[in-house]
Amino acid sequence: MSSFRGFIIKEFKQIYRDTRTLIVLFGMPVIMLVLFGFAIRNEVDDVKIAVLDFSKDEVTREITHKLSASPSFELSAYLNTYDEVRDIFKAGEIKEVVVFEDDFGRKLVRDGVADVQIITDATDPNLANIVQSYTSNILRDYTNSKNSRLQIEASGITPEIRMMYNPELKSVNLFVPGIIAVILMLVSALMTSISITREKEMGNMEILLVSPLKPIHIILGKVLPYLALSIANVVVILILARFIFQVPFEGSYLFFFLEAGLFIMTALSLGVLISSSANNQQTAMMISLAGLLLPTVLLSGFIFPVESMPVPLQMISHAIPAKWFLIIVRDIMLKGSGILLLWKETFILLVTTAVLIAISLKKFKVRLQ
Amino acid sequence: MKPLRFLLKKEFLQIFRNKGMLPIIFVMPVIQLLLLSFAATYELKQVRFGLVDFDQSYASRKLVSKLQSTGYFKLESEGFTMEQALNHLDAGTIKMILQIPPDFDKKLNTGEASPVQILIDAVDGSTAGLIQSYTASIIADFNRERMSEVMIVSNAPRKATALKIIPVNWYNPDLDYITYMVPGILVVLVSMIGLFLSGMNVVREYEIGTIEQLNVAPLQKSHFMIGKLLPFWLIGMFDLCIGLALARFGFHIPFLGSLFTILVIAGIYLIVVQALGLFISTITHTQQQAMFIAWFIMVVFILMGGLFTPIESMPKWAQDLTLVNPVAYFIEIMRMVLLKGAGWKEVYKMVLILVTMGFGLMALSINRYKKTSA
Amino acid sequence: MTDPAIFTKDLTRTFGAFTAVENISFDVKKGEIFGFLGANGAGKTTAMKMLTGLLAPSSGEASVNGFDVYTESEEIKKSIGYMSQKFSLYDDLTVSENIEFYGGVYGLPTKALKQKIEEILYTIKLTEVKDALVVSLPLGWKQKLAFSVSILHNPSVVFLDEPTGGVDPVTRRQFWERIYEAADKGITVFVTTHYMDEAEYCDRVSIMVDGKIEALDSPENLKRSFSTDSIEDVFIRLARGAKRSDT
Repeated sequence: MSSFRGFIIKEFKQIYRDTRTLIVLFGMPVIMLVLFGFAIRNEVDDVKIAVLDFSKDEVTREITHKLSASPSFELSAYLNTYDEVRDIFKAGEIKEVVVFEDDFGRKLVRDGVADVQIITDATDPNLANIVQSYTSNILRDYTNSKNSRLQIEASGITPEIRMMYNPELKSVNLFVPGIIAVILMLVSALMTSISITREKEMGNMEILLVSPLKPIHIILGKVLPYLALSIANVVVILILARFIFQVPFEGSYLFFFLEAGLFIMTALSLGVLISSSANNQQTAMMISLAGLLLPTVLLSGFIFPVESMPVPLQMISHAIPAKWFLIIVRDIMLKGSGILLLWKETFILLVTTAVLIAISLKKFKVRLQ
Repeated sequence: MKPLRFLLKKEFLQIFRNKGMLPIIFVMPVIQLLLLSFAATYELKQVRFGLVDFDQSYASRKLVSKLQSTGYFKLESEGFTMEQALNHLDAGTIKMILQIPPDFDKKLNTGEASPVQILIDAVDGSTAGLIQSYTASIIADFNRERMSEVMIVSNAPRKATALKIIPVNWYNPDLDYITYMVPGILVVLVSMIGLFLSGMNVVREYEIGTIEQLNVAPLQKSHFMIGKLLPFWLIGMFDLCIGLALARFGFHIPFLGSLFTILVIAGIYLIVVQALGLFISTITHTQQQAMFIAWFIMVVFILMGGLFTPIESMPKWAQDLTLVNPVAYFIEIMRMVLLKGAGWKEVYKMVLILVTMGFGLMALSINRYKKTSA
Repeated sequence: MTDPAIFTKDLTRTFGAFTAVENISFDVKKGEIFGFLGANGAGKTTAMKMLTGLLAPSSGEASVNGFDVYTESEEIKKSIGYMSQKFSLYDDLTVSENIEFYGGVYGLPTKALKQKIEEILYTIKLTEVKDALVVSLPLGWKQKLAFSVSILHNPSVVFLDEPTGGVDPVTRRQFWERIYEAADKGITVFVTTHYMDEAEYCDRVSIMVDGKIEALDSPENLKRSFSTDSIEDVFIRLARGAKRSDT
């Protein structure tokens, strides 16, 4: 047992001495959190728009003023003809043109209705959608205020929309669980697999194998430091998220850490599995990047909702552990769910981990003979 | 020029002899394009929703069927208590609850405002935003249709003013997400080749020690650089062509602008990324470090480059940061030229910036390279 | 009297506060085999890097083939050959591709290059494996190949940095025969080594300790003045006082 302790101490020392990698490992989650927390949002700011006003009356001026007063828009051009729309869209700065028809104000008063066109540059369909709905809201607000002045009550269905679990639609709330998953994959799977293959590449594995250490001890010794690192990383991310980004945490911390521990085990066993099939660091790195990190980022629902993907990709996503972990963490943090609601996802992770550990232990033994 | 020819020959021999490299060059771009184009989408497919209809009237049923008829919404469960519906929302089986109060139909008919409650699972804020705007516009439609019916029936001219909002989507009338994503993904594709492969290639010479042999040879620095960069430049351009062909014939992306313009600018852009890769190689000692740093820079550039989320939705300081992000420029150029048919007149400013970046980075890394070898 | 092939006077290189090479001065005559001995960390590699133009000296003078190391390093590069410890072959290229590449880098004309490849393959008896990847060759063969490559452009001086590390005495002996052949053709050989028996093969040897040259003479003279019968004893006596040695 004392040789095992000595081995673990050596592993810890090696990792903590490599300051450059440590900086990347702890710096990466921080920078990702900052990017996702501050820079990547769903609201729009200062979108440049233009107005093509064929009427140029008091009403259109008032509406134009309302548009430019909105923090979402920056009114940057007045156009005179339709042809100009094509030119400014091509130039790319301006994303929307609001067109008021001829005689707009008079028609509105006389007929009660007037046409306004919202032309969007729909190369980015998302942005086009958002910009269009913002503009429509401003236009509706305008007519509503006019109508209430006329003391005619607004009729028809008025939707009262409530955003559940994330009322401010903060994207950071959504991304924190994803960042945790990606970082855990990076530390637990990628780093572990590289560290074990490095040992193989340098020829040190043979020395370890002829030592009194049992194979299971070697794996444990390799894995434990990364387990510690992973937990430290989760804690750092959680603290940043809670106190800097005010991400809510509705559920139980104990349950969260148990689930995180389970996912770390999944990732570690993946790392061991990769290292037992790769012979050099380069291969281990390529397999980890292409086989683990890419799917974790793209197919788990981290950035893009799984529901939006075509069916074949949805099927693939079921096989990605991070997908289940994401559901679990999001539900714990934002909905406060417990094991009663999450037993299915937890069970899937448990089975996956058990199978992975079994396979990697078996593969590791085969290599010894 | 003669030594250069041998340098190039050697690089190509090494590239094509590396069995791991060939799939990276030929298969990866295709898989990447397919995977990213289909996976990287916020497009709203079917939103499953729960209904709590306390009214059970003709109007409430009509609203529900109106929602479903758009194809964006699917009625998953129907119940009579909010508690039950909220449980479904908690469990994640539905994304939205539509609650219709008992006096819904009555209020509608008396011309009052008739509220309905819509509860959206906003864990994913951007999807929630989309659901919100879709429901809002469907309900607005519903109102408009009713209004015209009422007007015909009662024939009473109302003095309420209304704007008839006519939305027009240019360049992408179906709001097809793939059309938008593919040009950007092509950029990611060339960037990976340029940044990872050429950077790692130079570090490799350091690692195996051959760089010393080349340094004592009467080899011009510029020849060495060209020998290192040109092969991957060609491979990058080749991959771009595969990607463009796939985009055109597989995804039916409109090619409104000139292909020639795209290729010329891509050539310039590749040099910029390669220079960056070269710079990374001068500050690292092992391929592993180079890879880590390149990966990190790439992630930041892509996330901040407007590929997935529009630059307009970033705060001002982050929008300013994109001024030094070459990925952002090339993504913008690709979209403008391919989807809008922009030409030199529209993009020359961005191209000039790219050229400046290329010169700057190249000078920087050649300078650093001299220092490390002298 | 003609110019020496290599000339240094008070050549010094410091890295921060550490003086790797301190005021070394020596001449190497044309056609000479010059052994450059020293313990690990004595400063041999640093000195060699300065002479090959890889590293700028901090102070002192040095020239190779009459070219100044400060101002004419490109000229030096054209007139020297170099074989490093890692002998700089590309593992993923074949034997003949390696020769062709380095020949091309040194600007050999195409026709001459083709001939040269055949000639080298024949002399070092590797014709049969000319299309094998270098990675598959035994160490001794790689060393032979690396040496031939380093002199394929007929340099007037060749620098060999521990060229025979890790091979058996017979292979080393064969390697030295190659060195003699090169010297016979008039190529000056500047060689560092750990093997004291190899030192005996040199015309003259210098022994470096802690960045300084402590002894420089022919092996015979050195043995005589230290009154021992092997260079090894001379080396051990000088190196024992070293502060920077590994042992």
